[in-house]
Amino acid sequence: MYAFTHHAATSVADAVNSVGEGKFLAGGHTLIPTMKQRLAMPGHLVDLNKVGELKGISDNGSVLTIKAMSRHAEVAGSDVVRKAIPGLAALAGGIGDPQVRHRGTIGGSVANNDPVADYPAACLALGATIVTDRRRISADDYFQGLFTTALKDNELITAIEFPHADKFAYAKFRNPASLYALVGVAVAKRGGDVRVAVTGAGSNGVFRWTDAEARLAGNFSGSALEGLKVAASGLNGDIHGSAEYRAHLIGVMAKRAVAAA
Amino acid sequence: MTKVSMTVNGKAVSADVDPRTLLVHFIRDNLRLTGTHVGCDTSQCGACVVHVDGQAVKSCTTLAVTVDGSSVTTIEGLAQGGKLHPMQEAFRENHGLQCGFCTPGMIMSAVDIVNRKGAGLDEATIRHELEGNICRCTGYHNIVKAIGDGAAAMGGQKAAAE
Amino acid sequence: MTDQGIGAPVRRKEDFRFITGQGRYVDDINRPGQAHAYFLRSPHAHAKIKSIDLSAANAAPGVVAIFTGDDIAADKVGGLICGWAIFNKDGSPMRAGPHPALAQGKVRYVGDHVAVVIADTLAQARDAAELINVDYDVLPAVADMAAARKAGAVAVHDEAPNNQFYDWELGDKAGTDAAFAKAKHVTRLDIVNNRLIPNAMEPRAAVGEYDQGTDGLTLYTTSQNPHVARLVLSAFIGLAPEHKFRVIAPDVGGGFGSKIFIYAEETVCVWAARKVNRPVKWTADRTESFLSDAHGRDHVTHAELATDENGKITALRVSTKANMGAYLSTFASSVPTYLYAPLLSGQYNIPAIYAEVEAVYTNTAPVDAYRGAGRPEATFVVERLIEVAARELGKDPAEFRRANFVTQFPHQTPVIMAYDVGDYDASLTKAQQMHDVAGFAARKAASASKGKLRGLGYSAYIEACGIAPSAAVGSLGAGVGLWESAEVRVNPIGTVEILTGSHSHGQGHETTFAQLVSSRLGIPIDNVSIVHGDTDKVQMGMGTYGSRSGAVGMAAISKALDKIEAKAKKVASHVLEASEGDIEFKDGKFTVKGTDKAADFGSIALQAYIAHKFNGQELEPGLKESAFWDPTNFTFPAGVHICELEIDPATGVVTIERWTAVDDFGNVINPLIVEGQVHGGIAQGVGQALLEGAVYDADGQLITASYMDYTMPRAQDLPSYNVGMTITPCPSNPLGIKGCGEAGAIASPPAVINAITNALGHENITMPATPEKVWRAAQSSSHKQAAE
Repeated sequence: MYAFTHHAATSVADAVNSVGEGKFLAGGHTLIPTMKQRLAMPGHLVDLNKVGELKGISDNGSVLTIKAMSRHAEVAGSDVVRKAIPGLAALAGGIGDPQVRHRGTIGGSVANNDPVADYPAACLALGATIVTDRRRISADDYFQGLFTTALKDNELITAIEFPHADKFAYAKFRNPASLYALVGVAVAKRGGDVRVAVTGAGSNGVFRWTDAEARLAGNFSGSALEGLKVAASGLNGDIHGSAEYRAHLIGVMAKRAVAAA
Repeated sequence: MTKVSMTVNGKAVSADVDPRTLLVHFIRDNLRLTGTHVGCDTSQCGACVVHVDGQAVKSCTTLAVTVDGSSVTTIEGLAQGGKLHPMQEAFRENHGLQCGFCTPGMIMSAVDIVNRKGAGLDEATIRHELEGNICRCTGYHNIVKAIGDGAAAMGGQKAAAE
Repeated sequence: MTDQGIGAPVRRKEDFRFITGQGRYVDDINRPGQAHAYFLRSPHAHAKIKSIDLSAANAAPGVVAIFTGDDIAADKVGGLICGWAIFNKDGSPMRAGPHPALAQGKVRYVGDHVAVVIADTLAQARDAAELINVDYDVLPAVADMAAARKAGAVAVHDEAPNNQFYDWELGDKAGTDAAFAKAKHVTRLDIVNNRLIPNAMEPRAAVGEYDQGTDGLTLYTTSQNPHVARLVLSAFIGLAPEHKFRVIAPDVGGGFGSKIFIYAEETVCVWAARKVNRPVKWTADRTESFLSDAHGRDHVTHAELATDENGKITALRVSTKANMGAYLSTFASSVPTYLYAPLLSGQYNIPAIYAEVEAVYTNTAPVDAYRGAGRPEATFVVERLIEVAARELGKDPAEFRRANFVTQFPHQTPVIMAYDVGDYDASLTKAQQMHDVAGFAARKAASASKGKLRGLGYSAYIEACGIAPSAAVGSLGAGVGLWESAEVRVNPIGTVEILTGSHSHGQGHETTFAQLVSSRLGIPIDNVSIVHGDTDKVQMGMGTYGSRSGAVGMAAISKALDKIEAKAKKVASHVLEASEGDIEFKDGKFTVKGTDKAADFGSIALQAYIAHKFNGQELEPGLKESAFWDPTNFTFPAGVHICELEIDPATGVVTIERWTAVDDFGNVINPLIVEGQVHGGIAQGVGQALLEGAVYDADGQLITASYMDYTMPRAQDLPSYNVGMTITPCPSNPLGIKGCGEAGAIASPPAVINAITNALGHENITMPATPEKVWRAAQSSSHKQAAE
């Protein structure tokens, strides 16, 4: 790691005011490995781990609010989440490994928008709202490509709001080495409205599979997806899976998500 | 330099550290507790697992300054009163280790699994919960057995205490 | 006999320190005043170094010194060596290029060592390294063997203009060709044995230290064979004479071959320690391990098997290309030759065998021995070919094997080996029973009803351990002898120290070697300590690799114990006032035949040192003996593994459902430890078959340079294993031991691939059989209807 200065923020205002040209440090499970490899070199880190107002999970009967510093393990184990959107708890329980889930946070994951992360698919499928220190951003506007979001410099995610759905599930095919998503598909149904979001596969990050949404809107079952294919162009290919294989897996994972929802 | 204070294995410690000091290096270099190991750079192998406030974390991916004020337990702090922890005993009894390098992280993770999942662990659960720990020697067979036995012993110990 | 002796599942003595965090690995060692080394590595696979500008780096904070290949050359530090001479078909020697510890004028792989920065802290060394300005003239790179052997390809070394390091053969070509001409059926197979990265969990590390007062060097290093390291660093690289050079390999966190070799980093650390007169420490991070640990395997083979009208094998013909990487690692040349081709007869009666091997330089990391070293490659060839032949001939694969097993011993193969003993049929039968092969059809039907494909695959392997005798391996080109040494020191109170040239890095020698002593001397294992891994304590040794520590290392201890027993009987004859011929020793007690006179081992040890009861001129006081053991033959562990797995045709995911291993390792010292070795070997072999593979891109960049991309087997990738044994004691060592360290890794890859191809109904799959490959293969399989 390169040298940096460290500030343990005490509040959202303190964090935003002190970050300057630096970066926010949440769970650190993407940022720190990147810094260790000297691929990122922030000169200043504002540590959010002691900011009490960024912690907590609540539900008002129609919207689940998860504060940004909620750890994956907290979301996975939360009775509130399990009751409101059980598939979201299951998703959080499948991120990384147990130790990563003890540190990694929803805010950090959504802020980073890693194309192989799980939460972006849930945000997009559920039509979540990304709440920051200064505004509210719909998931459709928020995710803008690889590691790219609508966040301004020094803008801090404070919470994610997930409106309830009739059905929601996420099915993931893991990269066998890293355990990140090779392909992850999140499916949400609200009445006749179905949203399908795909992570891991897109060369421009998480995306909605609108063809599948249209089919599932009329018939929310795996058989509705029969014969529907995603074009391999625009998908990632690497040693763990070609674009063609990922395209195939999107179909398989979508069916499994529908079955689980 | 930034001042960091924490409790490690029940003992209060504090030091001025470069903010870039990882928890694992604070433990190994400042405290000279070398049972916690570094086996990779990308948070996969789990040789560095310690407990922070009772939860297993990868100390190679955690800044020492971030856990300021926390209570940390390392492999050296697991045995109490000169008596091995049941999970340590189970690893020895089941030949759950060979070269010993991944072992501290395995044992710390195993204790965490029991803390989270209870004492009655089936094989599939143990194997799944070990996804954050890599061993190159044992083929996991005896680690899985050890964790099952260690979990049962921890359960028995807890029941006896209640 | 004690309950801690040979054959007892004793819990390991070494475990207490490991489970309490008190193991002492090289990275745990810090020396007063120590500085830290950081290696600047080549980002290019192939380039000329036009110039290196150190001025900015030298001025950086904390920098103690920066050295490059020029400094190595100026100090006349010798190059890293390859210790086994191989000769081409025409009798000419192998074409070896130089291997300097720091690059001199040229870099040949990504990760090659360009300079070392030594600074007060590691962060300072790394910061300064970024200020070094290297002007490279980037050359075209040959990243694989096909590219390297193409006409007009750039040469990695001038000494091998067409990148062919050697062109070697073994066996009777004419006789083999004649047998093929007469064959009723010929089975042909193209095989890739995928390149692996060893990945011991402890990264390599070194601390070099110089004592100006004594002009002595000390090196703490992650080595499987510290004496060989000292020999090479002293006699060939020339850092210091052996009597002023101490090499210590303390607790070592796994080796699997990768820590046999003498690498640039430890060479530079100990050399630089004298230059800067401070201890110099280096510990690899995992990416450095991926880039610069010697890799394993990487063969491309065409193989053919001839059979007659009765289904008997008549001949085997094998042509292999073996990747050496950019430089020759310490034992690289021997792996695809004498550790490979002599195993091609497998467990079978094959009258004629011919193998030719071409070794190729590429712009990749050096390739050398990795768990099994040549034998997994040979076994994969034989066991895939046998399986495919059986299928082509419409025979049951197990019965086809059985019909061709060697059944008479000793058995001379056409490729050097003389198998001494074995019962291959017994292992196969036991494995089939343990596995419930008879129930496979029902299990397959159950899988099919869930839309899954199920397959079962055999592997009947043989391997050769404890390679020896020294004179024989010398005649084949080995640069060293392959004996082992032992010293037994009995203390006056009857406790025992065993000094051994073997090195334990997970194998449990502190326990098993003590069990031998316990059996022989009738004392508890807690009264025995095993001393190893320090050249100042143990005079000489050859180390641990090739499953040799039991068959060779323990045999040396046994021989020294013979001498102890003989000497102690002499002492006892004086103490018990009887003639030496009447003294008997059993269960730790000396008795006089036909009397009730007795003395225990401890009291005789004390008398040996007190020396009051005998004439010190006629019988030397003390009780200490040493021995060197040079075996009369290799040992030949063999066995049968059965893999049963299920394939999800929708995703290509393979799940191993059942694994049975029945091995014949000869006599077993500690079944707990032996089974543990089998488990670990299977996991590495399954890793090779399903998960692991080093991938370089066409420019020679290593794609799989971290655990983000190199798939390590995890607990959830593996099943529990059913491990059984059959025993035919080995006749070529006094303990009847054959060796167990590599068997699992040798046996398992073909068992997995045979099971996958059995499930798919065709042979078109390569290792690692990743989900995508299996999914594609399932698309073209006859079982496609089972797919989603």
